[in-house]
Amino acid sequence: MIKVRNLTKHFDDKQVLNDINLDIRTGEVVAIIGPSGSGKSTLLRCLNLLEKPNSGTIEIKDVKLDTQKYKERDAYQLRQQTAMVFQHYNLFKNKTALRNVIESLLVSKKMKKEEAIQIGVDLLKRVGLEKQAKQYPATLSGGQQQRVSIARALAVKPHAILFDEPTSALDPELVNEVLQVIRELAKDDTTMVIVTHEMQFAKEVADHVIFMADGHIIEQGTPEQVIEHSLNPRTQRFLRQMGDETDGAARQKRM
Amino acid sequence: MNFDLQYMLEISLQIAKFIPITLVLAIISMVLAIIIGLVVALIKNSNIFGITHLAGLYISLFRGMPTLVLLFIIYYGLPQLFPSLSTMEALTAAIIGFSLKESSYLAEIFRAGLNSVDKGQMEAGLATGMKRVQIYSRIILPQAALNALPATGNTFISLIKETSLAFTLGITELFAEGKMIASANMRFFETYLVVGLIYWLLVILYSWIQKYLEIWLSKPLRR
Repeated sequence: MIKVRNLTKHFDDKQVLNDINLDIRTGEVVAIIGPSGSGKSTLLRCLNLLEKPNSGTIEIKDVKLDTQKYKERDAYQLRQQTAMVFQHYNLFKNKTALRNVIESLLVSKKMKKEEAIQIGVDLLKRVGLEKQAKQYPATLSGGQQQRVSIARALAVKPHAILFDEPTSALDPELVNEVLQVIRELAKDDTTMVIVTHEMQFAKEVADHVIFMADGHIIEQGTPEQVIEHSLNPRTQRFLRQMGDETDGAARQKRM
Repeated sequence: MNFDLQYMLEISLQIAKFIPITLVLAIISMVLAIIIGLVVALIKNSNIFGITHLAGLYISLFRGMPTLVLLFIIYYGLPQLFPSLSTMEALTAAIIGFSLKESSYLAEIFRAGLNSVDKGQMEAGLATGMKRVQIYSRIILPQAALNALPATGNTFISLIKETSLAFTLGITELFAEGKMIASANMRFFETYLVVGLIYWLLVILYSWIQKYLEIWLSKPLRR
């Protein structure tokens, strides 16, 4: 369960998040969509305090935090509840794929090495990369790196996984292998918050869709309500633009 | 031409006996400078008001003084203020002086090295529930080390040669020994050439070690 109340964030005098309230149930898959600069990535990054909000409260599982007064220790506790998959993967460049997955098990959870390796190997198997266990990130494709990073997120058994545009940096032909892994997770009732530009994917995996613009949550509901039959002009305009882009890309491919 | 090759070979061994003392000066000073430099770099990178400025002052001060002046202040000057320091050995004074001097250069090199590591590495570490100290020691420092290695190597090469200044404190190292031989036998060219070539040899040897260090450190990053 994730509960956000009255969250605000501004960079200098630019308001990026405006009184955000959010409820995510355990096992729910939530997609956050919206134009770039709408604050969706910032919202996600506030949930594990990679961005420091200016006010509001965040509650994840049994850790509750007032963003105006918290210590590094409180931030650490809150971050234990989630894991994040980044747009640019952010794998530890000096560690092998396997070490990337188990690093925090060894370091934060003080797990025995053999036990951690067993978990790591199983997770790499789950994302289809057991053969690449000993390879360093530089030798992996973008899609493979992102799958390792998903395995790394799963390793800590987080209450929820935060995905920050997980396919935006990938070459088009590599997008699907990553989406496929996320689809599998959705089937297993993993709680996930996904910031994405893949509308088709959002429609397919999300239980709940949030549309953001200009630091506000404009509209939320089931994928049918928000993506298929939105009555909100702002949402409609955004989806139309996204649709044009997709059509454009398809047209270019045919040419 | 007044040049005696035979003589050069003879004194080579005699001067080479002082390679160890030069290396002791250089290596111990370097190790201390790396430790101090890293601490200063981390402090300067932290956003703690006040001590960040202190780190800046440290760098500015020790980078701004000639090494020779620094050595004289420590060895000849400090005992005047603190009489208990008058028993300080010249070797100790030289090592302190070199460490302070080189650490101020290294602090800036390390800071650049730390800043060259992608911010996403820290974020990924935090997001997977690691503590900052753990992320620094296991993820960021190893990557920063590779980026900082060439410039750090340059600093060490300068240091090897700067240790010749220790002769002014009465320490007999490579250069001091050469000076003594030269003034005894009046064969200045051959003697100082031998001294110079030995320094060159040490630098070549180190460059060779650094090359392998670089290959080892960059192993994870090769495609």
